[in-house]
Amino acid sequence: MINASLKELSAALAQKKASAVELATLFLERIEKLNPTLNAFVTVDREKTLTMAREADASGKVGASDTPLSGIPLAHKDIFCTEGWRTTCGSKMLSNFVSPYDATVVEKFKAAGMVTLGKLNMDEFAMGSSNETSFFGPVKNPWDTSRVPGGSSGGSAAAVAARLAPAATGTDTGGSIRQPAALCGLTGLKPTYGLVSRYGMIAFASSLDQGGPMAKSAEDCSLLLNAMAGFDPRDSTSLERPTEDYARDLDKPLQGLRIGLPKEFFGEGMDADVRAAVEAALAEYRKLGAATVEVNLPNSGLSVPAYYVIAPAEASSNLSRFDGVRYGHRAADYADLTDMYSKSRAQGFGDEVKRRILIGTYVLSHGYYDAYYLQAQKVRRLIANDFAEAFKSCDVIMGPATPSVAFKFGEKSADPVQMYLSDIYTIAVNLAGLPGMSIPCGFGAGDMPVGLQLIGPWFAEAKMLNVAHRYQRATDWHLRMPAGL
Amino acid sequence: MSQWEVVIGLETHAQLRTQSKIFSGAATAFGAEPNRQACAVDIALPGVLPVLNREAVVCAIKLGLAVNASIAPRSVFARKNYFYPDLPKGYQISQFEIPVVSGGSLTIRVGETEKTVRLTRAHLEEDAGKSLHEDFHGKTGIDLNRAGTPLLEIVTEPDMRSSLEAVAYAKALHSLVTWIGICDGNMQEGSFRCDANVSVRRPGAPLGTRREIKNLNSFRFLQQAIDFEIQWQINEIEEGRAIQQATVLFDPDTGETRAMRSKEDAHDYRYFPDPDLLPLEITPAWIEEVKRGLPELPQAMQARFVSDYGLSGYDAATLTATRDMAKYFEDCIVAAGRENAKTCANWVMGELAARMNRDSMEIAAVPLAPTLLAGIVRRIADGTLSNKLAREVFEALWAGEGKDADAVIEARGLKQISDSGAIEALIDEVLAANPKSVEEFRAGKEKAFNALVGQVMKATRGKANPQQVNDRLRQKLAGG
Repeated sequence: MINASLKELSAALAQKKASAVELATLFLERIEKLNPTLNAFVTVDREKTLTMAREADASGKVGASDTPLSGIPLAHKDIFCTEGWRTTCGSKMLSNFVSPYDATVVEKFKAAGMVTLGKLNMDEFAMGSSNETSFFGPVKNPWDTSRVPGGSSGGSAAAVAARLAPAATGTDTGGSIRQPAALCGLTGLKPTYGLVSRYGMIAFASSLDQGGPMAKSAEDCSLLLNAMAGFDPRDSTSLERPTEDYARDLDKPLQGLRIGLPKEFFGEGMDADVRAAVEAALAEYRKLGAATVEVNLPNSGLSVPAYYVIAPAEASSNLSRFDGVRYGHRAADYADLTDMYSKSRAQGFGDEVKRRILIGTYVLSHGYYDAYYLQAQKVRRLIANDFAEAFKSCDVIMGPATPSVAFKFGEKSADPVQMYLSDIYTIAVNLAGLPGMSIPCGFGAGDMPVGLQLIGPWFAEAKMLNVAHRYQRATDWHLRMPAGL
Repeated sequence: MSQWEVVIGLETHAQLRTQSKIFSGAATAFGAEPNRQACAVDIALPGVLPVLNREAVVCAIKLGLAVNASIAPRSVFARKNYFYPDLPKGYQISQFEIPVVSGGSLTIRVGETEKTVRLTRAHLEEDAGKSLHEDFHGKTGIDLNRAGTPLLEIVTEPDMRSSLEAVAYAKALHSLVTWIGICDGNMQEGSFRCDANVSVRRPGAPLGTRREIKNLNSFRFLQQAIDFEIQWQINEIEEGRAIQQATVLFDPDTGETRAMRSKEDAHDYRYFPDPDLLPLEITPAWIEEVKRGLPELPQAMQARFVSDYGLSGYDAATLTATRDMAKYFEDCIVAAGRENAKTCANWVMGELAARMNRDSMEIAAVPLAPTLLAGIVRRIADGTLSNKLAREVFEALWAGEGKDADAVIEARGLKQISDSGAIEALIDEVLAANPKSVEEFRAGKEKAFNALVGQVMKATRGKANPQQVNDRLRQKLAGG
């Protein structure tokens, strides 16, 4: 049952082979057993979860064809506000914050009948690529607990990889869904910017943040995206579009699919093991009837520097509300207002968050704004133009999701720039607002999973899920599970 | 003073009359219990997002149209970053580089002189909450009811040259924003407040260094604060000290301004476009739609009063001080007839205004409907009432006596005697009874004539038509 797809779980519920309460209990027990090692969950509330499961069982919707997710457990990245649950964003600042409201995404999954399993660990305020910045301690990679699970949605990735949850929500600002999905052997989708509401998703960099599903397969992701996506009048950047069934094209043959391979993604910087797995995946796609073409993304080298101007700039302002005045951490002793602010924020935020607030404040300062922020926005447009140009000759772009497999704890945490470079293949996608995915495509050094990244034009989610699903029908990388769990 | 020229520019915050806040659904009504009108967005809970209230935009468009400004097809909301306990997000959403309204002007009048004040811009922004320093024993309370209240900040060019002009501008703007219904104009509740930028210079010299007086919420304080500031700046310069750019506060108790912060400790607000909000797009169709809903504007109405009713510019301006006043006046004309427009104007500006003033009453609360005042005016016009009798009727109607002017005239027997036969007979009686006065008049004493008129009026208990009495008496004395 722990390896079952969402469809299979729904069928089991429909056939009364299991109840929602039994499913929830099954996963709660695994969490109890394995979380002390993995540290994927920061909050578990057995009673709340079982109450939701009982309600699902009583609703009569469990296993119904029009509510395919009803009764199935789901865990949320702790960046999504959940009414009545502690919502920490991985920070001491919010370590005692209980949200009085639900994020739109949480609300939608509740409406779909899903049962909340708990809140997942993450890099503090989603700033990190290894989960080492969490106030609640790092998450361990279930494939090798001496390695990072990736970040910032590391808790989500580890929880699903270790089968502590059938699926999870994540958010992706510069790769925070795709990179941990790759490092933990999962399927993760970052939708087109504006497809999933950001309301109630604690903001890191508003113009880049996007929530998405993390699961075992493209098929599971398509069902989750069906529940997650949609216009939200409470989010001005949410897009008003007709609803789509993202599972509608899953089985379409790939005959004639044009796969663009950006030469910039296949140059130096990618480890040999990752390259081998990605090349093998491309060979598989050719077997499935796809053709590969070379494309250019000439400005992709500028994406990391542009990102590290724009994201910290927005973050420095977004995080100003954490001032110790109305909620969150406030220093115990302070002399005056300014002292209260500085001490509360100095104590409440970790080093990486402070580093980004400082960078962001600097680049927005009088006299530097034009040179940094405006310049970065121009670069952003160039990057988006590169993609638009590339999509003239291909349907989907593929490449590695990360330059290497999961690294060891401490390996990059001393050097922020090295850490930032682990998102080198994912960041441009956020800058351009495009949908991106990572799917498992083999194993590299240390038998660690390798992720293949798929990038599509705006709103090409259904197509990308189709491309991923056909590959997953032909291969079984996505079904592999860490040993010993 | 004459050797100094004063330069003033005003920034006015007009609170917009929307049901809900500019970026949230919470109500904007004044006076609720602290923090009862602050929703998740207003208190800036983690994860919340702003959504623009289109009604606030309609208000901005209305102002833009009313001052002949240009309305930006695309304007941008920016974040103004600073920390303060009553600023929940740590930034205020405002407009910086591209405001919704640019340019335009407002005509003001000081005495008989008209002047045009140019507007720089008007932009939409949210208000902050309030810090409450009393009642918390050395701590500060925060009330976020006002946080997120929509404001339109209207900025002028430095076109005013005296506190009187500044007050005239503030009054004209106040009148305009209430006229077009975008602001309730309640200055005590802070719905309309001004910041004054003041500097002085020798005529012809470049602009002097300005100091900004913050948050003036009455016309009187505006005038007092500017006057004090002007004198202070002149004294400083004359004593050889340079003016430092600063933000100052006015203390109504002492009548003085004092510096709050200098330019050195001015904030770096780190403005940047708010990524949570899309640029504000205003189509020509939207502007047209708003224009159709706009009432006739005071300037246009004044011109019409002058051309259609033959009023002076001054009277036209007085009668269009508020939309209610203008409406009352025009309703009165509709009932009294256009030929009596001037009499209507005199009564609205005279007796009615004086009575309202005495009772500290707004025109909306006046118990005398415009049709009733028109009734009086008609009876003056047809000679039934003298001005004196008309005032009596006015008082009676004001007090609620009688259903209209005719009913009061009837009930009180106030009808003016215009029957020439009756007046003739009375004149004869008075002449016969006052031979001495007749003698004196014939000897050239004009005073004696007035005494005779008085006698006739007395005999009619004031009801004779004084003009008629005058004319007939003169004819009689001349031997007619």
